[in-house]
Amino acid sequence: METEIAVSASKLSRHFGAFKAVDEISFDVKKGEIFGFLGANGAGKTTAIKMLCGLLKPTEGEATVAGFSIRTGTAMIKKNIGYMSQKFSLYEDLTVKENIEFYGGIYGLSREEIANKTRLLLSELNLENMQNSLTRALPLGWKQRLALSASLLHDPPIIFLDEPTGGVDPISRRNFWRIIYEIANRGKTVFVTTHYMDEAEYCNRVSIMHRGKIIELGTPTGLKQKYDKTTMQDIFIHIIGQN
Amino acid sequence: MKLRRIISIIIKEYTHIFRDWRSLLIIILMPVLMIILYGYAITLDMKNLTFAVIDDAKTPESRELIRGFTESRFFILKYTDIKRNEIESLFKKRYIQMALVIPGDFSESLVSNRITKVQLIVDAADSNVGTFINNYSNRVAQLFNEKLNNRSPGILGLEPRILFNPDMKSANFFVPGLVALILLLICSLLTSITITREKETGTLEQILVSPVNPMEIVVGKVIPYITLGFFNGIIIIIFARLLFKVPINGSLALIAVLSLIYIFVALSFGLMISSVAKTQQIAMLATLMATVLPTIMLSGFIFPVASMPLPLQYISKAVPATYFLIIIRGIMLKGIGLAELWQHAAALSGIGMLMLSMAIIRFKVTLE
Repeated sequence: METEIAVSASKLSRHFGAFKAVDEISFDVKKGEIFGFLGANGAGKTTAIKMLCGLLKPTEGEATVAGFSIRTGTAMIKKNIGYMSQKFSLYEDLTVKENIEFYGGIYGLSREEIANKTRLLLSELNLENMQNSLTRALPLGWKQRLALSASLLHDPPIIFLDEPTGGVDPISRRNFWRIIYEIANRGKTVFVTTHYMDEAEYCNRVSIMHRGKIIELGTPTGLKQKYDKTTMQDIFIHIIGQN
Repeated sequence: MKLRRIISIIIKEYTHIFRDWRSLLIIILMPVLMIILYGYAITLDMKNLTFAVIDDAKTPESRELIRGFTESRFFILKYTDIKRNEIESLFKKRYIQMALVIPGDFSESLVSNRITKVQLIVDAADSNVGTFINNYSNRVAQLFNEKLNNRSPGILGLEPRILFNPDMKSANFFVPGLVALILLLICSLLTSITITREKETGTLEQILVSPVNPMEIVVGKVIPYITLGFFNGIIIIIFARLLFKVPINGSLALIAVLSLIYIFVALSFGLMISSVAKTQQIAMLATLMATVLPTIMLSGFIFPVASMPLPLQYISKAVPATYFLIIIRGIMLKGIGLAELWQHAAALSGIGMLMLSMAIIRFKVTLE
């Protein structure tokens, strides 16, 4: 399916009982775009991303990822996406190499492919010397880069990052965003949630979520002009204050 | 189902198991410890029953009667030459379980063809002990009579032939049952935490966004633990044989095959709990509750199913150990084979498949 749209949502909702975690959100993400999902904790970002990844069923509305419906095409979606959650999701009691081999394996990569990818990844991340150390021994910044690399093993065209830089120092965060840019330059679509407003500046377009709804969507520059502010931080505080 | 993906999960699970050698050691040593503890503690064999004698006769005949008790390995004569009014306090202090009062005219009475009465006082607070003492004393009296009268004609004598457990050792009954209890407990505990642990660490989410389906996850997790459970089973049976000299009259290969089915049931049960439970503590607690209690109370482990009230008998049919107990006791003690046991083996397989399917279905539900 050749389209310029990588992810598309229309009136997507998820209710937990009476609580509307995600309330009729609609947006399109173009291929190769870095699309930011901003919002405070509990705004519904993670719920939205989980629906798009096929981890949660939507209550109402529809969305497509890589051209497949999240209601009927989750099996195909899973082959086309990478996902990195806010929790560090590698096995701490496995070595760096064993983690890569495992994630390669569950994506159905062959042994040779895994061996090649492992070598490539370890040199990219400068982790060759650490490949046989337990993952728990790595500093958090490296763990997160490793987790990101693991989610890219099968070369997915779309990648979802759910607060990938939570709890990481500013320098590691900048390094991490450098990698995100590289990924986007390779033509991959990056869908990223964050509550760091400075990171919003790095995105091509951002949507601001508040209480389950998207209350603003646009390019960082466009939004700054619209609200006559100089930083995303100011815009965010301004908009949330209005709502 | 894709083999490559299942193999990846299997390798990963094995790595977890062998990396954490402390847990592995516990997994291996726990059954040994359990079989030693339970094996020695759970016994209905009567031993070292203490008793007192007030022998007012003090004749060769009265000593002959007392010897009838002291010769056996069950009774220890603790008090002689005590006063009658001391007996009650000895019972209350639990110093004795039985007292024998032989009247002064014992020997005269025996030859005079009157009915001779000897008083037997029994502590029946533990009804099993009471019944045992009563039965054994009757047997002593019977032997005494026979010797005295050189077996007078017309007296009925039963010639018992005791099958399958001729020494009537309760270990022969309990130790195979322990195999059932320990295997179930260990194996279901093993798997009950594997999925919940991944829920807690967040790795499950990472697996679930991959193309792996629940079936592959469950199968990939069961296979490594089957080997571990099987290894545990072997250890338990070796210890049962060495420590308690429990006979193995039937085929070892059949024990192995049917144990595998039983292990599969236990692992599937653990996975089922794992797919529901939110935390590892809940998973472990639920597993303990759901395995130990029904297995001890309702499977025939101690109390025969046939003497339970009817509703409980129906519940016992849902307890996997009920079938495995019949199987393992049958093979070890009676030496019977698949011809007699196939129905129980089939029931066990059925329960296993049901639980595994439930684990997979429950698993799907929790995702969505």
